[in-house]
Amino acid sequence: MTMSARRLVLWCPDWPVTAVVRLAELGSLVPAAVFRANRVVACSTTARESGVRRGMRRREAQGRCPELVVFDDDPARDARLFEPVVAAVEELVPGVEVVRPGLIAVPARGPARYFGGEELAAERLVDQVDAQAGVECWIGAADGLFAAILAARRARHVPPGASAEFLAPLPVEEVEQLGDLLGPKRSAQAELVDLLRRLGIRALGEFAALGASEVSTRFGSAALLAHRAARGLEERPLERRQPPPELAVTEQLDPPVDRVDRAAFAAKVLADDLHTKLDARGLACTRLGISARTENGEELHRVWRCAEPLTPAATADRVRWQLDGWLGGKADRERPTAGLSELSLLPVEVIGSGGLQLDLLNAATGEAAARAARAFARVQGMLGPEAVLTGVLGGGRDLRDRVRLVPWGDEPAPALPAEPPWPGRIPAPSPAVVPDEPWPARVLDAAGDPVWLTERELLSGAPSRVEVAGGRSRAVVGWAGPWPIVERWWVDLLARGSGETAPESRARPRALTRLQVVLEAETGSEDGEIALLLIHERGDWWVQGVYR
Amino acid sequence: MSAMASSALGRSTVDGVSVGVPEVEAGGVPGAGRVLPTRAELTAVLPWPGLRRGSTVAVHGSVSLLFALLSEATSNGSWGAAVGLPGMNLVAAAEAGIELERLAVVPRPGSDPAGVIAALLDGVDLVAVGGTGQVPDADARRLSARARNRGSVLLPFGRWPGAEVQLRCTGATWSGLGQGHGHLRERSVTVHARGRGAASRPRTCALLLPSRDGSVAAVVDERPAGRAHLRPVAG
Repeated sequence: MTMSARRLVLWCPDWPVTAVVRLAELGSLVPAAVFRANRVVACSTTARESGVRRGMRRREAQGRCPELVVFDDDPARDARLFEPVVAAVEELVPGVEVVRPGLIAVPARGPARYFGGEELAAERLVDQVDAQAGVECWIGAADGLFAAILAARRARHVPPGASAEFLAPLPVEEVEQLGDLLGPKRSAQAELVDLLRRLGIRALGEFAALGASEVSTRFGSAALLAHRAARGLEERPLERRQPPPELAVTEQLDPPVDRVDRAAFAAKVLADDLHTKLDARGLACTRLGISARTENGEELHRVWRCAEPLTPAATADRVRWQLDGWLGGKADRERPTAGLSELSLLPVEVIGSGGLQLDLLNAATGEAAARAARAFARVQGMLGPEAVLTGVLGGGRDLRDRVRLVPWGDEPAPALPAEPPWPGRIPAPSPAVVPDEPWPARVLDAAGDPVWLTERELLSGAPSRVEVAGGRSRAVVGWAGPWPIVERWWVDLLARGSGETAPESRARPRALTRLQVVLEAETGSEDGEIALLLIHERGDWWVQGVYR
Repeated sequence: MSAMASSALGRSTVDGVSVGVPEVEAGGVPGAGRVLPTRAELTAVLPWPGLRRGSTVAVHGSVSLLFALLSEATSNGSWGAAVGLPGMNLVAAAEAGIELERLAVVPRPGSDPAGVIAALLDGVDLVAVGGTGQVPDADARRLSARARNRGSVLLPFGRWPGAEVQLRCTGATWSGLGQGHGHLRERSVTVHARGRGAASRPRTCALLLPSRDGSVAAVVDERPAGRAHLRPVAG
């Protein structure tokens, strides 16, 4: 068994909050929390003492701690404010890797020798960060990155070779810490934890005791990663290649860049260049070096580390964050003295692409998926990220609610949960065409008068002819309905009752009535009958769907 | 984790429909097979035992037919894309059996649809194309040639000069609706195929498109079997 690389990990607790509190110049005793999508991402110690927890809704958090100061989540801000901490560590130790803002890994061997032991090195680092950046941090040492992160969160020094024993009694939920490394795969880790708990596996040691081949055949690749981590090994086998130097991409910036928005553009271009080169060799980058040179000849360099191969978007994000950190430094001492004139990206560590994302259960489709993903990314490059969409089915009564289009590569979460049954849906088949803007229609009865809805949601007469978008009317062969939907009628009621305005959200009250009609075949056309889904909304008839 | 894999596996066996031709591939690996699987009902109108890689099959008039062509391949691991079909309803697509996880939609391909289609043909097995009126004939032929070269299947929805097969639905009749009661259940259509080369012999086939669950089904003459008659029995 290969020995894992020994690492010191520095962890700044609750970094998103620490960062924003420093930025807002609030005292450290003010209870504060950072929210993303209405859930607590991180909270300060004082807030935690009042009962605020990660994942809590804003309302509940404010209920427990009324004086809570609320901030929005902003990864770029976290990264920018973290830069001084990284710089402080780098003054003492070379080879710093930023795992994510708030978490730094450094190889333990060098500093331990220089300062006379890991404990002494750790003390020096904590003092240094406190003195230079004024940030309190925790430090831990262990074999392997995962063990070292958990050690840092407990401020433990795990002796060499003892990572597996250290990890064994810890709860299996800690696997979700890998999610922090893995970013988009976080939900996979949560799913795995859930599954393991249901199987009765509570501790990392019990998970580690399973055989690697059993884990890989039953749970897929994300679990394999977690399994390696739980055994105290590196989360990846140590088969990384030294990247050939010609993979580095360099861009001369003329005129020099001193503003973050221009830097962001350069970052995007460079990231795309790098990934084209990597793709051509079938490689993916797991450790990315970002270097810049200023007009005055200063050299800046930083390494970002990722457990998952970087996507072009993730690369661009990291480059942008890093540039933001360099250019947006608060103290003059940290900021470069001139604009950046050269920017280069060097993959420090690469692996064969596809080797990691490949789900073992899905191995045959892995290559096709990678090819398709590249094609979609290319179209996104041509038209913008919102141009390529994938559909996610969810719940809802109305057709428009049931499908949500998310840009390719985003988290596919349905708009409404599919789980509770949604009575009032029209059964399958659904109309194959649903125009973005419903077409206006007229529904006429046998006498040629418009059909309207009575107060009790009944039709004023049997539909006999339907006219779509001002075209020729066609006779109705069959019809069914009306099926009313009245949704969220209480929203306005509540708003009026409490004297507050209705909460602005997509959950608007809605009342509409649906009607299916089949129209007779047009004379002279071979197409045959046509079926429409009509809705009556806001006093008019509309074609919501066409069955064709 | 393995949700995608298991749902894909589940999907292909739910209907018990698969094409029993040995060279049909399931993995979506380029070059591993020459034909992408289609629903068994559709093989009656296609000149191949599925959708031949590199071919262009134009669909006229029926989006349900387009869905039916995409369904079996996407649920067996192939990737699909739909370009320039802004009103396409993905609920109906899912009912037809399309694996939405493996279908990307580009509703508005911008000023250069041909470039977008070409980019997609490079990496995606099935590319459905709407708004074919905006694609000049020369570009259409080039795109068909590209599909042939890359081993992808191009499915234009509408007129397309380089198409090997043209599919058209006629004589649509709906069932399920009465006068004020019922709901739409199924549509029986006749699918006509004509084309060039291997497809030059015109073929027709009666199908339920969509059938009760939204997918494609063969027409079964259910009157003799469907209605229970009292039969005299000896005794």
